[in-house]
Amino acid sequence: MDEQQFDIEVESLSKHFGELKAVNEISFNVPKGEIFGFLGPNGAGKSTTIRMLCTLARPTSGSARVAGHDIVSEPEEVRRSIGLVAEKLILYDRLTAMENLWFFGRINHMRKQDIRTRGEEWLKRLGMWEWRDKLGGTFSTGMKQRVNIARALLTEPSVMFLDEPTLGLDPQTTRAIRQFIKEMAQGGITVVLTTHEMAEAEALCDRISIIDHGNIVALDTDANLKKILSGDEGVVLDLDVEGMTDGTTAACSELNCVKAVAEPEAGRLRVTATGQGAIRQVIETLESEGGVVKRANTLEPSLEDVFLHLTGTEIRDEISSGIQSSAGPHASAKKRIR
Amino acid sequence: MKRLIGFFSDSGQVTKKDLKDFYRDRARIISFIIMPLFMMIMVGFVFPSQSSLKDVPVGILNLDNGTVSRQVVDALTNLKVQDSTKKVMIVKPVQNETAIKELIQKQDLSGAIVIPAGFTNGLLKNHTQQKITIVTDQSNPQISSILTTLLGQVFNQMGKQMSTVAIKSTIGTHLSNSTVTALVTPMVVESKGLVAGKPNYFQFVAPGVIAMVTMMAVMMGLAGSIAREKEQGTMDGILVAPVSRVSIIMGKTGAQTVRGLMQGAIVLVLAMTLFHVKVYGNFLIMLVVVILGIFSFVGLGILVSAAVEEQETAMTIMMTVTFPMLFLSGAFFPVQQMPGFMQAISKCIPLTYEVQALRQVVVLGAGLTEVLRPVLILLGFGVVTLAISVPAFKRVITT
Repeated sequence: MDEQQFDIEVESLSKHFGELKAVNEISFNVPKGEIFGFLGPNGAGKSTTIRMLCTLARPTSGSARVAGHDIVSEPEEVRRSIGLVAEKLILYDRLTAMENLWFFGRINHMRKQDIRTRGEEWLKRLGMWEWRDKLGGTFSTGMKQRVNIARALLTEPSVMFLDEPTLGLDPQTTRAIRQFIKEMAQGGITVVLTTHEMAEAEALCDRISIIDHGNIVALDTDANLKKILSGDEGVVLDLDVEGMTDGTTAACSELNCVKAVAEPEAGRLRVTATGQGAIRQVIETLESEGGVVKRANTLEPSLEDVFLHLTGTEIRDEISSGIQSSAGPHASAKKRIR
Repeated sequence: MKRLIGFFSDSGQVTKKDLKDFYRDRARIISFIIMPLFMMIMVGFVFPSQSSLKDVPVGILNLDNGTVSRQVVDALTNLKVQDSTKKVMIVKPVQNETAIKELIQKQDLSGAIVIPAGFTNGLLKNHTQQKITIVTDQSNPQISSILTTLLGQVFNQMGKQMSTVAIKSTIGTHLSNSTVTALVTPMVVESKGLVAGKPNYFQFVAPGVIAMVTMMAVMMGLAGSIAREKEQGTMDGILVAPVSRVSIIMGKTGAQTVRGLMQGAIVLVLAMTLFHVKVYGNFLIMLVVVILGIFSFVGLGILVSAAVEEQETAMTIMMTVTFPMLFLSGAFFPVQQMPGFMQAISKCIPLTYEVQALRQVVVLGAGLTEVLRPVLILLGFGVVTLAISVPAFKRVITT
């Protein structure tokens, strides 16, 4: 493929914080106009990767080019072609919506006329035009995020980084913003998105890379990712089980036909299995271990199943995720999922 | 050239934004005005000085019942504060020495005077030297020492008057008054300052407070504003813009400098109106000295704010750094009073030179040539610290 077609080229990029390998030799390419998603638990290295690509963090090793420019040797050029919607809002509470756009437009060396026309255009498209002269601090989270996105788009970037853009927003705003992200990509902007919401990744991303402990554990389209789990005859069982113990789940996950067992809530199991007679085998095993299967449904594997299969079900502690080692308290929990 | 204009324009945008952000925060505006007011009033009124001494309760144990001792008591009772109708002392008669002790212990008296029995007779008839005892309150050394000096002066003065009268009546009826005075006190001392007016603590301390307030404003403001933007995440928005890191820090410094100068101006106006501080030098030279002062320590502020992630940490570090500087710089106490090693440390602090130069200009009316040495030292400090801190900032700001 022609080199120029990639807007982002990443080559064994790493970022270490002391002992911790926050990002561990990841490589990927993103063609122009694609929506590329990073899906991963908290602390998996999503934000760190984005920060490196935005020149906000220096890689420990490896290299990357964004919009044709090296992130280490040509940071100014990279900055000229990117827009960033970070995890934290980039919006001043004591400036009005329009003043925020003015400030960021000016430090991006935009002409005043352009700030005026584009600012109006984006604020109108995002439904914030009537609030343009109100202080940022008076806005709701959803309104703030819309101004924040207008700010990132103001410079007409060719690559847009969105770090959890719908985190903490109400369903309406989330929907509107997702729609808007699609429009961006249709307009030719390359979008890199991080999320830990399956629905978002499923709905938006052309390709999804699942990242965990700093490694890309899978990278493909939504449809292909689901095949990892199921193969061609895989099935996901949704079961309500009474009298379940650690023993029942353990026995179940030791079956050869079972690929993953998750326990989304107490008394509920989600088992991914393949092969003939798998359903019968699972239910029999559960019953023989003392469980009573009250209800069983078969489902198509979802992205969530793939995600849990690849990353495990343990809850990640956002603060200490960096410090935990593979031998930590989570290791035992992880054994339950294969 | 175009790059340079772009550089300054970027800094200008950051300055403008920071000032706007500051000006819209009511709480910060209020503390911005209160702080210098508070500082000036505190250092102005709290530090004791002879002129501020009034209504000090002093006990008198008069064991004599003659005329002279009564004159002494009257004189002390009516002693007025300079240029005022307020009395220096509230004189309370005391019965005996034990009572003096008790009353000082209870802090009802700040000191006492004992006039011995036979005081008048001894002076007028037997011509023997009489001794007045001053009892001091050791728990309050400042008041004690001022009181001792003051009473010493009063008694000395009275003694001279008495001897003038005595000489005239015993040996020199033919002598003129001035000759007698010359015989009693052959020498008098008059201290004359370089500029008119009496030395005044406010005059001494005002330049120190101006330097201090601007330093605090810039250091705290800079570290606080950078840490706040990091904490809130808006710093990332500036950092992903194609602007030089140096212009960001310059813009931030610019905004804080404006704030610092305004606070300094508030102190100056207060000092001049409320405390009658007179500026003998040129205001423009003052401004130059203050700006150079900011220039000299801003590198330190940059270094701290680059390294620190949270506002609170930034503030704590800044307090730890600035507080000793205030005391060692001679802003409140003359450097010459300090022990040798402290003086040596004091010489390593740029604030010392700023205070010194500012004092020269304000109190002594010095011109630019007279303050050239401290000004050059400030410049040197600034160049060295910035040469260290700006590259460090560039490195640290992107992790």
